Amino acid sequence: MSAFKDTMIITQRQLRLLTRVPEVLIFSTVQPVMFVLLFRYVFGGSISTDQPGGYVQLLMPGIFVQTVAFTLAGTASGLAEDMKKGLIDRFRSLPISQSALVLGRTLGDSLLNIVVLAVMGIAGFMVGWRPTSGLLNVVIGFVFLLLFGYALSWVGIFVGLSASDARVVQNVSFIITFPLTFLSNAFAPTTGMPRALQYFAEWNPVSTMVAGCRSLFGLENQFGATAGSFPSENPLLTSFLYMIIIMAIFIPLSVRKYKRSSD
Amino acid sequence: MKSVIAEDLVKTYRNGAVRALDHLSLDVEEGTVLSVLGPNGAGKTTCVRILATLLKPDSGRAMVGGIDVIKHPEKVREVIGLSGQYAAVDEILTGWDNLVMFGQLYHLGKKASIARAEELLERFSLTDSAKRPIKTYSGGMRRRLDLAASLIVKPKVLFLDEPTTGLDPRGRQEMWSVIEELVKGGVTLLLTTQYLEEADQLADEIAVIDHGKVIARGTSDVLKKQVGGERLEIVVESQNIAKTMEVIATVSGNKASLDEGLRMISAPVSTGATALIETLRSLDAAGIHPLDVGLKRPSLDDVFLSLTGHAAEEKVEEPEVTGRRKKAKK
Repeated sequence: MSAFKDTMIITQRQLRLLTRVPEVLIFSTVQPVMFVLLFRYVFGGSISTDQPGGYVQLLMPGIFVQTVAFTLAGTASGLAEDMKKGLIDRFRSLPISQSALVLGRTLGDSLLNIVVLAVMGIAGFMVGWRPTSGLLNVVIGFVFLLLFGYALSWVGIFVGLSASDARVVQNVSFIITFPLTFLSNAFAPTTGMPRALQYFAEWNPVSTMVAGCRSLFGLENQFGATAGSFPSENPLLTSFLYMIIIMAIFIPLSVRKYKRSSD
Repeated sequence: MKSVIAEDLVKTYRNGAVRALDHLSLDVEEGTVLSVLGPNGAGKTTCVRILATLLKPDSGRAMVGGIDVIKHPEKVREVIGLSGQYAAVDEILTGWDNLVMFGQLYHLGKKASIARAEELLERFSLTDSAKRPIKTYSGGMRRRLDLAASLIVKPKVLFLDEPTTGLDPRGRQEMWSVIEELVKGGVTLLLTTQYLEEADQLADEIAVIDHGKVIARGTSDVLKKQVGGERLEIVVESQNIAKTMEVIATVSGNKASLDEGLRMISAPVSTGATALIETLRSLDAAGIHPLDVGLKRPSLDDVFLSLTGHAAEEKVEEPEVTGRRKKAKK
């Protein structure tokens, strides 16, 4: 019970940081909104699609997934920063549940994602995004996105605990997330890629997430590669399995890493 | 009753290549202040981190407040306060935010946390800056807030790891008076420092450590006696040097030595002030008026030098301390 309370206090701290430095919240939403506008108006015109409602319908799920994928970087660099400043030592010298610190951070970052996704949704709506599947499916889609972000924030915890320097963390996180988000079906058809990359893109969790969201928003997954493969037939199930795998690997790894830091 | 006991602590890094602690043993009597004194890299921080449950030793035993640090770290955490080398507070949050958050993490409840935070802010003269983010604080204010955060639940044992490193003379003085006040309140304190002056000022007892081992221990006076007694120092004008050296040699019964640049003649004396008076009388009779006179007790710098054969601080600047006589020993 007190572990839960401790976690909530750490989560509260994350949220308070946002109110103290509103710039963080502003820029974490400005960046994805900027991507929405750039892709919608720069690429939208040249990527041909017979999607009713146009490219923006296919684009929005891609940008949502990309944005939650960047949670990894936020979690990692925030944690690395706390470690550098000795704040983690202070927390660890307190009589609190030792898992509260990382658990609270992953939850706080998920709450931030809710705000960011909401703002992006509104921005998307303003430039023509119209999901046709009904409110319930759209909500399920967002829950899926939040879960994906949550799973990836555990990778962020591991990266943050492993790295020695906050700037390195930033770089490592981008090296992980950039290829994942671009070698996917998020922004353009994968059919133009070399064969090997097509396979990667097909099995890439970002692709399965994007495909899953597209289906929940009532769209055909037009940018997917080979039809008939397991991930393209079962994008939601595959995404769900990926999340479980990611957490099954990175939660124990992070916990071990955290405990090891006292050896 | 010993509040802190460390026995034979060993801690190595990189598979034994670096030996941070080499069978270190020390203890602190309840309600007293032990200063762990040593240069950078001597093992001070490693020692504190082990006692504060942040690090596990390779071997050895440690008890804090009667609780085994290795077996029951979670219980130890309930009775200790730790203030580290870097002010470990959230820079973005305000001083008030920080203390309330830590209060809640100590399970005080929201109301009690706020009350305690305000009390501590008042006590450490931080009330005016309570609602400002920590990043706008001066170094001294940060340290005070960090110290306040470690006092939220009135710890039985307090660890301060280099509490004044990097502070300007004024910040250091402020920190010292805050710590002195705490000590009057009866807390058991283990304090690490590389400033000899600081150990002298704050501690009941000093443990000098070097290369992960305690190489000497005792009160400041005892340590100074290990090095020798007092020295008589007299500065005169050039033409009087020869005569003065004679007088001092006679009075002290020791050979006087001369620092030509400073025109300072000095010699060890065993009778302290009596020797000083005698010397002045003799000089007066000879018509010599000294420019400066002094009876110098050996500084802890001298202690360190004679114990380790090397100076305490090769790289770190000795802080300037106002109101105290200080000689740079490099």
